[in-house]
Amino acid sequence: MAEVSVRKVVKAYEGNVQAVKGIDLEIADHEFVVLVGPSGCGKSTTLRMIAGLEEITSGEIAIGGTVVNDIPPRDRDIAMVFQNYALYPHMSVYENMAFGLTLRKFPKAEIAKRVNNAARILDIEPLLERKPKALSGGQRQRVAMGRAIVRDPKVFLFDEPLSNLDAKLRVQMRTEIKKVHQKVRTTTVYVTHDQVEAMTLADRVVVMNHGIIEQVGPPQELYHHPRTRFVAGFIGSPAMNFFPARMENGSGALRLNLPNGIVLPVPADRTARYQGAAGREVLFGIRPEHLTEPKNLERDNIAVFDVTPEVIEPMGMETLVHFWMQGAEICARIDPTTPAEPGVPMPLAADLNHMHVIDPESGMVL
Amino acid sequence: MSATTAGEAPKGIYHLAGSLRKERRWALLTAYISLVIAAIIFMAPPFYMFITSLKGSGEIASQIGSPWLVRDPTLENYTAIIFNPLFQRFMFNSIVITLFVVALTMVISILAAFALARMRFFGSQVLATGVFLTYLVPDTLLFIPLYQIVGGLGLLNSIWGLILVYPTLTVPFCTWIMIGYFTSIPKELDEAALIDGASWSQMLLRIFIPVALPGIIAATIFAFTVSWAAFVYPTAFVTTPDQMPLTIGVVSQLVRADTFAWGQIMAGALVAALPPVVIYAFLMDYYIAGLTAGATKG
Repeated sequence: MAEVSVRKVVKAYEGNVQAVKGIDLEIADHEFVVLVGPSGCGKSTTLRMIAGLEEITSGEIAIGGTVVNDIPPRDRDIAMVFQNYALYPHMSVYENMAFGLTLRKFPKAEIAKRVNNAARILDIEPLLERKPKALSGGQRQRVAMGRAIVRDPKVFLFDEPLSNLDAKLRVQMRTEIKKVHQKVRTTTVYVTHDQVEAMTLADRVVVMNHGIIEQVGPPQELYHHPRTRFVAGFIGSPAMNFFPARMENGSGALRLNLPNGIVLPVPADRTARYQGAAGREVLFGIRPEHLTEPKNLERDNIAVFDVTPEVIEPMGMETLVHFWMQGAEICARIDPTTPAEPGVPMPLAADLNHMHVIDPESGMVL
Repeated sequence: MSATTAGEAPKGIYHLAGSLRKERRWALLTAYISLVIAAIIFMAPPFYMFITSLKGSGEIASQIGSPWLVRDPTLENYTAIIFNPLFQRFMFNSIVITLFVVALTMVISILAAFALARMRFFGSQVLATGVFLTYLVPDTLLFIPLYQIVGGLGLLNSIWGLILVYPTLTVPFCTWIMIGYFTSIPKELDEAALIDGASWSQMLLRIFIPVALPGIIAATIFAFTVSWAAFVYPTAFVTTPDQMPLTIGVVSQLVRADTFAWGQIMAGALVAALPPVVIYAFLMDYYIAGLTAGATKG
């Protein structure tokens, strides 16, 4: 087990295309870190550089205090789980899991002990004699994890391991991965494009975009205190709503003027924070759950206005209301018992205690 | 719904299904007719060889009745051939040449294909295409310069000369087949092996060769067939009977003075054709089966 340090790492391809533009990341021992971002953001490249499958253009990667830039994958003491499992098709499950240990010349008894132990953790003991083609997707994924566990490496690397599974199995395996990590406590770097996976699994989430790290933090911090517009929009489902607005100074307090005439008073405790934006165009952001029917929000700093829903989506535990405002589609979350109908105006309240104000030029949350 | 059960004429999709069935029948019929014609064209010569091999030389020469029928079947041609020490020598030469050529071909082409398919290096693409292009040069064009080379090495009129030149026919195509197979193996498989601690040679021996076995068998069959059936090179490079393989031995040595021993030539050719038939029959399933199933999703 070990910590992983990524220092000023750059990955450039031919033609000077930079996939990763100088990122810094410190991963602590036993930590479960998830790299998340849209496709092409450099998350997989980063993982592959840690694995040693891609060369580093510049910068430094250290595992357990040793710089591994020039160390081949097999000597980095890592294990990787691939999206398409990458099981050896001609070997049984047992041989697949034992392969790495056999190459490292472990004694037979030790191999058997480790494989059986991993099989017990993953609940695949009855499958040990089978070939991969006789396994279901979920079982193959377990075997791929078993192959990683038996090695008892310093670091686990997961490259979108659940993307090939159907929705139900994905949720199940997600829990499984978390359970395994709680048992073996190996430092883990996990890549996904699915922000729900990132939120549920991670000790810390690393949000990447265009080859840079937008923000690093625990899931709750990213959710409630995003630092950039990208993180605010990427984390959370349904996504945060954004409206263009103008920050105005008026009678000792700040207020946000929306172009359609709605005026939102900025809570007093945020006046100092947003003072610098007074008189400027900003982006006002609010999550769907903070845009709800007025009866659910009986406290200060609430702004109530009427909207005309276009689409109503009952989800069971909540209902999503979609409407248009200044050319942007806005989503609100209401109680499933509240009557709502498309085309029938209804009052909604914005909880301004949870508002976000973004500088549209820098993309930074103020 | 009622359209299917009641007496009304079927409509919509049912009508279409009927015409589909008709189209399918026509397609099958056309396929069968063309296949039967092709089978007759390809089977007629071996069948004629077989018929002739069962005839005595008198019957062959007599030209009475249909040549497609045997009136007085005899195995004398086969016994004569099989116990002929010269024929045994040809058989031995063919076997030795083929074993060496197949082994040499597979070692070279597997290593070459692995390097060309997996180790990205400068010029690997050009090399891969170049390997295939060399296959397009016919042996009838190559035997003149090759004669100089083999002669320079002092290997003319020797089976070792043949063992040296046959791979020029087999290696390019086998390499091409193997490149195709190795390329179809998912990249993650070698990455997993690299992380598991395999070296390049371990990756080749323990992952690539077992997974690409159908391709290796296909390439082996090709190398075997080419080597066993080669005609131009032995005709050009070998002059004495003791160094001849079956292909030229049978036609050049079973002629006594001006008389062709047709019965024996046919029997010899059939016996010579037997090993490839046996090998095809046994390895066909492997040839077709895909071992990559289950490696990745799907």
